[in-house]
Amino acid sequence: MKPRHLLIGFIVLLALAPLVLPTFQITLLNYIGLYALVVLGLVLLTGVGGMTSFGQAAFVGLGSYTSAYLTTTEQLPAWLAWSAGSPWIALLIGIALTAAVALILGALTLRLSGHYLPLGTIAWGISLYYLFGTLDGLGGHTGVSGLPPISLFGLVLDQGEKIYYLIWAVLLGAIFITQNLLNSREGRAIRALKGGQLMAESMGVNTFRSKLIVFLISALFAAVSGWLYAHTQRFVNPTPFGLSMGIDYLFMALIGGVASVWGALIGAGVLTMLKQWLQDLLPYLLGSDGQYETIVFGLLIVLLMQRAPGGIWPFLMRLVPARFKQRRLLREQSQQVAALAHRALPEQGQVILEARNVTRRFGGLVANNNMNLKIHAGEILALIGPNGAGKSTMFNQLSAVDTPTSGEVLFRGESLTGKSSREVAKMGMSRTFQHVKLLPTMSVLENVAIGAHLRGDKGIVSSALHLERAEEQSLLQEAKRQLERVGLGDYLYEEAGSLALGQQRILEIARALCADPCLLLLDEPAAGLRYKEKQALAELLQKLRGEGMAVLLVEHDMDFVMGLVDRIVVMEFGEKIAEGLPEEIQKNPAVLEAYLGGVE
Amino acid sequence: MNFQIAVLLGQDGVTNGAIYALLALSILLVFTVTRILLIPQGEFVTYGALTMAAIQSGHPTALAWMLLALMLIDCALDLRTMLQNGFNMLKMRWIGLKLGYALLLCVLIQTLPLAEIPMVAQALLTLGLLVPMGPIIYRLFFQPIASAPALVLLIVSIAVHVAMVGIGLLLFGPEGGRTKPFSDAGFSLGPVLLKSQTLWVILVSITLIILLFIAFERTLYGKALRAAAINRMGARLMGISPVFAGKATFAMATFIGALSGILIAPITTLYFDSGFIISLKGFVGAIIGGLASYPVAAVGALAVGLIEAFSMFWASNYKEIIVFTLIIPFLLWRSLTSRHVEEEEE
Repeated sequence: MKPRHLLIGFIVLLALAPLVLPTFQITLLNYIGLYALVVLGLVLLTGVGGMTSFGQAAFVGLGSYTSAYLTTTEQLPAWLAWSAGSPWIALLIGIALTAAVALILGALTLRLSGHYLPLGTIAWGISLYYLFGTLDGLGGHTGVSGLPPISLFGLVLDQGEKIYYLIWAVLLGAIFITQNLLNSREGRAIRALKGGQLMAESMGVNTFRSKLIVFLISALFAAVSGWLYAHTQRFVNPTPFGLSMGIDYLFMALIGGVASVWGALIGAGVLTMLKQWLQDLLPYLLGSDGQYETIVFGLLIVLLMQRAPGGIWPFLMRLVPARFKQRRLLREQSQQVAALAHRALPEQGQVILEARNVTRRFGGLVANNNMNLKIHAGEILALIGPNGAGKSTMFNQLSAVDTPTSGEVLFRGESLTGKSSREVAKMGMSRTFQHVKLLPTMSVLENVAIGAHLRGDKGIVSSALHLERAEEQSLLQEAKRQLERVGLGDYLYEEAGSLALGQQRILEIARALCADPCLLLLDEPAAGLRYKEKQALAELLQKLRGEGMAVLLVEHDMDFVMGLVDRIVVMEFGEKIAEGLPEEIQKNPAVLEAYLGGVE
Repeated sequence: MNFQIAVLLGQDGVTNGAIYALLALSILLVFTVTRILLIPQGEFVTYGALTMAAIQSGHPTALAWMLLALMLIDCALDLRTMLQNGFNMLKMRWIGLKLGYALLLCVLIQTLPLAEIPMVAQALLTLGLLVPMGPIIYRLFFQPIASAPALVLLIVSIAVHVAMVGIGLLLFGPEGGRTKPFSDAGFSLGPVLLKSQTLWVILVSITLIILLFIAFERTLYGKALRAAAINRMGARLMGISPVFAGKATFAMATFIGALSGILIAPITTLYFDSGFIISLKGFVGAIIGGLASYPVAAVGALAVGLIEAFSMFWASNYKEIIVFTLIIPFLLWRSLTSRHVEEEEE
């Protein structure tokens, strides 16, 4: 049995449910579907994108109230009169309104870091909730009643059993596009948001745009759920759009498994059923009516966070045999895959990168003082120096992560002052990190494919509908080619986190190469590598040099450096103390003194 | 708006603002020492107010049983660690003391003529019931995950809040509680009358803030907590126990919360679920202080109280909306000015 068969079985069961189950159970299933749609957005936002939101319920309210207002108000203002009465037009307007609100809120709050973002979502969540209760024409806290049912191709969906099909079709559609999206170029950028933003930016990903996109999608899922809810209930009041519901949605996501699409469904199901059951049971036990299930939910979440922060879905996945889990992302070789276009490399010997009088001060500390260096195409330059010499600071200036206090860095004749690492990536500079930065739960192949982000251009919509498969195959094929080139061809589908540290460093090089750069900046690439691996790496770098690539190494391993590079720049106390061929550097008295201490 | 109304509103604003300031300080304290955003802070306020109200109406509050239950769980955990690490006379005596304390309070609550005892005794009883819960809550819910990512701590904090609201309903019922004012006297300042309770709130808040200041600047334990706040690992290497730091700050947070509850109970009617909004306003203050600066947080919280009071007058329906939208520019400003690399937190 394959996952696909399970899915088909599930859909068949869903389709048969209204024929066998009593109305009450169907109502419950409707709620589960509606909640799951919101939670799905939350999975995308929180579990995948790493942004915790307590405000989703407010977006549900936005979808609900837009439709309630447009379909029930007797006398709409003249400019809205054309939209009166039809739930479908109301849906479109609701989507547009939600998108506008989400874009504004997103632009305001998504730049917030750490704790400030969830607190921000609480703030606007509450504000919107109170707005629903106070705005004129929305019925105050008593709400709006008498919403018309949705009709579809002449079929009036006025009963739970009928709208059930619409709810679940929408939900399955949403799951489908979410999964498609996550398995695409844009999806990889989104998955990099959690714990890999610095890396993603240096690979040319606009992380703020990715954040805004997930935020928008999750808001739209919530709004559609709200629209369906309004026309299932045929009645709307502010209560279900308050912060406590926002918290419930987050709890559902956490219980089901916040990082997985199907976890949304499980979480919504479990919490809804549990709530139903507890609402029957607890008043018996405690002897009075009230929302006591919150006590159980609260404690349950505490326990979950303490014992199994991943939720239910990872437990289920543990039961599945490993061979079903590995998804083959690449098609068989027999099919023609278009190769990606290559950047024309500059001529051998041309200056690629030049630092002019670069000085960087941190308060009173001068980390780099008046540094000058040049890297030519087809050359390997090593930047060496004792610990604390300022190499990493220099590396940051060269890669535009940091801006010099004075002086400037020129890359292919253009100044890097004021350029983001994203723009620099676009110009053809690619780098690795001293502390390996990769996404440990993602496969090796996909990690490397992030490097090729700028070489694809298909957007969100084609990703969600999987219309970009040809480009996707080209990108993955390129990633595979680079992985084979660095000697990791056997590990394509392993989790990147399971590789040894040395292999992870090599993976970073493959990822950098995937960007098709003309300058490669490598921060201690040989650290943690075994002898054979170092030899292979040296061979690879030599080959790249032969192709005309410029390479800058910051490295401590002298054997590795001396046998490989063309020129060396030595730093100490933030200044350049020597520059020249490896043989010259080895005999240079200033260098010897810096490394070994002078003879008194 | 004339002068009289302005003074009246200002008085309301300052009263609420002083409470928010206390809460903001407590939230800040807990956050800097433990990285926990203490959402349940507001529940300590409602528990304090509602317990006081229950005592004043002569009901033996069920909170005493909850304290006993929590204490039993706490001691059971103590015993379990002792089983693993060997018998320890000192700890045994400590367990006896804790259980004895909880039992004593249960007996007091059941036997004392609660409605007749002086108000100071009622307040002390309320604090005596609530404050020990703070450290136990820390131990049960947060200590096992003390080193988890900050967002996990936030989620647990919210979960504890949700559970405590439910328990609050169970303990105190859905009715609101209001208590007698500390004294009936009023003071007239020119044409306006100042409520004595307002002065009480301001007086107690200022005293508490000064006491906190002295405690943190002048005492060894205060300095230890500050050290734990600045650098957890370093403090630990210097022999400051993070468990102690966590429990101590939680005790302080419950104390401040419950005291705030007792202070405002004569002015506003609080319900079992009023705590969230109150603590969120404390949060607004704390955020204005950048989750780092105590004086700025206190001033910010005071401003929240005033804005709330005046927006009540001009646009009463939009009061909450105004207060909560207010924090977004501050949040934005904070996150744009503080250079904070997200990567390293993961």
